Amino acid sequence: MTINVAMTVNGKAVSGKVEARTLLVQFLREQLGMTGTHVGCDTSQCGACVVHVDGKSVKSCTILAVQLEGSKVTTIEGLAESAEKLHPMQEAFRENHALQCGFCTPGMVMSAIDMVKRNNYQLDEATVRRELEGNLCRCTGYHNIVKAILAAAPAMKSAGV
Amino acid sequence: MTAATGIGARVLRTEDRRFLTGTGRYVDDLPLARATYAYFLRSPHAHAKIKSLDTAAAKAMPGVVEIFTGKDTADAKVGGLICGWVVKDKHGQPHKAPPHPVMALDTVRYVGDTVAMIVANSHAEARDAAEAIAVDYEVLPANVDLARAFDKDVPEVHPEAPGNLVYDWEIGVKADADAAFAKAAHVTKMDIVNNRLIPNAMEPRAAAADYDKGTGNYTLWSTSQNPHVLRLILSAFVLGIPEHKLRVIAPDVGGGFGSKIFCYNEETMVTWAASRVGRPIKWTAERSESFMTDAHGRDHITHAELALDKDGKFLALKVDTIANMGAYLSTFSTAVPTYLYATLLAGQYTTPVIYANVKAALTHTAPVDAYRGAGRPEATFVIETIVSKAAAELKMDSAELRRRNFIPSTAFPYQTPVALQYDSGNYPPIIDEAIRIADYKGFESRRAEAKSRGKLRGIGFSSYIEACGLGPSRVIGQLGGGVGQWEAAQIKFNPTGNVQVMTGAHSHGQSHETTFAQIVSDKLGIPIETVEVVHGDTATTPFGMGSYGSRSLAVGGSAIMKAADKIIAKGKKIAAHLMEADVADVVFEQGTFKVAGTDKSVPLGATVFAAYVPHNYPLEELEPGMDENAFYDPSNFVYPAGTQICEVEIDPDTGVVEVVNHTAVDDFGNIINPMIVDGQVHGGIAQGVGQALLEMAVYDKETGQLVSGSFMDYTLPRADNVPSFKLANKVTPCPHNPLGVKGCGEAGAIAAPAAVMNAVHDALAPLGVKHVPMPATSLNVWQAIHGGN
Repeated sequence: MTINVAMTVNGKAVSGKVEARTLLVQFLREQLGMTGTHVGCDTSQCGACVVHVDGKSVKSCTILAVQLEGSKVTTIEGLAESAEKLHPMQEAFRENHALQCGFCTPGMVMSAIDMVKRNNYQLDEATVRRELEGNLCRCTGYHNIVKAILAAAPAMKSAGV
Repeated sequence: MTAATGIGARVLRTEDRRFLTGTGRYVDDLPLARATYAYFLRSPHAHAKIKSLDTAAAKAMPGVVEIFTGKDTADAKVGGLICGWVVKDKHGQPHKAPPHPVMALDTVRYVGDTVAMIVANSHAEARDAAEAIAVDYEVLPANVDLARAFDKDVPEVHPEAPGNLVYDWEIGVKADADAAFAKAAHVTKMDIVNNRLIPNAMEPRAAAADYDKGTGNYTLWSTSQNPHVLRLILSAFVLGIPEHKLRVIAPDVGGGFGSKIFCYNEETMVTWAASRVGRPIKWTAERSESFMTDAHGRDHITHAELALDKDGKFLALKVDTIANMGAYLSTFSTAVPTYLYATLLAGQYTTPVIYANVKAALTHTAPVDAYRGAGRPEATFVIETIVSKAAAELKMDSAELRRRNFIPSTAFPYQTPVALQYDSGNYPPIIDEAIRIADYKGFESRRAEAKSRGKLRGIGFSSYIEACGLGPSRVIGQLGGGVGQWEAAQIKFNPTGNVQVMTGAHSHGQSHETTFAQIVSDKLGIPIETVEVVHGDTATTPFGMGSYGSRSLAVGGSAIMKAADKIIAKGKKIAAHLMEADVADVVFEQGTFKVAGTDKSVPLGATVFAAYVPHNYPLEELEPGMDENAFYDPSNFVYPAGTQICEVEIDPDTGVVEVVNHTAVDDFGNIINPMIVDGQVHGGIAQGVGQALLEMAVYDKETGQLVSGSFMDYTLPRADNVPSFKLANKVTPCPHNPLGVKGCGEAGAIAAPAAVMNAVHDALAPLGVKHVPMPATSLNVWQAIHGGN
């Protein structure tokens, strides 16, 4: 049995037929062809699939597509203002070499943006490390990810995003 | 070239933009029209006979296209997976090589062994159908406990390897070591287990294959660190598809750490089945499959003894190791605990006599093979923990004992007693710098301050050496390696002056697209934006050996340098023609050919254009075009070395260990991009801290069930498990490659476990604790302090 679902993804209205068991990440990757959101585990531990739902970070492997009826979803593909102008968090990741293989990166960036906002643009290293616990990275040792997030917080504030 | 993008500059990465905008292309991202999806039914038992296997009901399930079993592959005469490195035992006999069928025939040998492949219209349908396959297993006793693997009452994994012994190998002369021990003023003894790890690259393994009926060509997209080697193995040994009819593409790959070097059965099956199904097939591992079936790492049981004279000089080292191979011999498994381990047991020291005996065991567990460092972390752990233990026993300063035994800088090239000849190095300034950065002098006051807060603070050293940059092909061949270990490069100018650099190396996080472009830009004096690095596709890149063993820059980068030299040599001839000068008078500086002592000059781009539009060109003596290939076979390994200092605080009430400071000073030779090199070290240290404090692959010793089979049970380091790291570099250039570089990819993971564990033992020493098993989890530490189980 399939169910119709309609939502807004990166500002565009989208709809599709899904099974009841279809996860949001499957809907994004398989039906919409938006493969920037990754699946790195099957237990909601790694965070590679984090997207924003109505402005808050959500693991898209942990929510059913049908639960998103009418929601506003933002994925890594929808962050940059244009091909030239990255989101301050994306720019900070680049400036600080906060990514290597790139697989955890979309989820890291999405989680980090929500973290900055949640903490009212004011973060310290201990807070970043504690609040990053929902995202795994095997390449960077987190050193440069932490640096990037600390650098992005004021940049996001001044950019008003 | 401008300092901003040349060799040594902190150039931001070319590859970042796609990864940051969700436009990277990993195997699972590929859109393949008419694709089917594979799911593998796996053994739930560590050891069992398959009494019957019934797929009829599953075949009738919705969406199922085809189901294959071991019988199908055997009937089609699909070859088994190979172990590519022949290790000869101490009697000169090759290691025992039991068969490794791509799918189980009548026996399953570990939890996760492959029983059937279901191909369906969707992943969900394939998975649903797997549940409808009826397998009748006769469960047999399993051999899981490595310490008991050779015992007589333990079941054999393969009849071809009696007593579960793959080889009994040695290096050095035992009698010489015994003689040296007889003269010792002090002997330090140690029993350790190097804990088994599960690599867990963040991208799970994946494979997709397509067969073109019209041409008979196969294409395999695989999460491989070495697509050419994978193709060679599949073609020559397993599937028999001629190499020119099989294209292997490793697109963006999300980390490897060794686990994606090997030829696995899933990618083999997907390729084989693609022609039978007549549609593309995609497979992506679920994380639980990664835990069960990616080749694991480490897993040694070792007894070591170090003999010292009255002045603390090392006289001899004796090491006995049992290494777990798992249930089948993976691609490079046999080499890891021998040539990549025991040959490193000299470390940074002048120990004159070394004897090591290594016995490789089969068990009913997942195959074990190279994981970041591969043998060298195990060697470093042995040396660096026994040296610190000796220092503690002798009440000597740990740094001073190391210094007393360092190979002096004047002794290079230095021949160790365990086969390797170190090419270069200067160890004392490295430990001095590490001591300065870590404020070693201020440690005792920090320890006292921690004590006032009820915490136990400890400090630990680890001075590692590694041999990487695999490797001189002749030596690899003498040691039983099945392939050459050179690397290839092609520099192809386009008529308008931009460049494609094709490399046989593969980047899965190492940043080759940036580092290699920096080299070409610097060497040829052209803007870095005009250089594109192409890798990972057997159809578009020259045959190369791929990336592992910290070899990409030292070997692959050197091949690029050689190709660039050829470009310059050809450009000189063209420029001489254009300037009507003698070739001998033409020099190349910063992208321009000049005639010495005149104002005549021709930019490289003009020679490229002339080469493609050869209207004014010496066609009689020179071919058109600007496209050069080079192969580089190194004359020796490279030998990065360094010292890490770790500082921990332990809560004696809970056993929780916190890494509060971690310093690493490394000699990687010349550095192309310091930002990227630091990043490699950060990641390596985190993996090493993971091994020391958190990670442990646990099998139930009776049933062989993988107990640590998910991220909820296997503790991958998270951001709050590690501190920010303090790094620095010392440079002794490698004397035998054109860039003067050594490898940096594995160093962090090689050195860190010993530094952390030495710090843990130092912290607990005031309580009389002699040994904490690795990983030093809160449970293990608490038990070490308080006793009991």
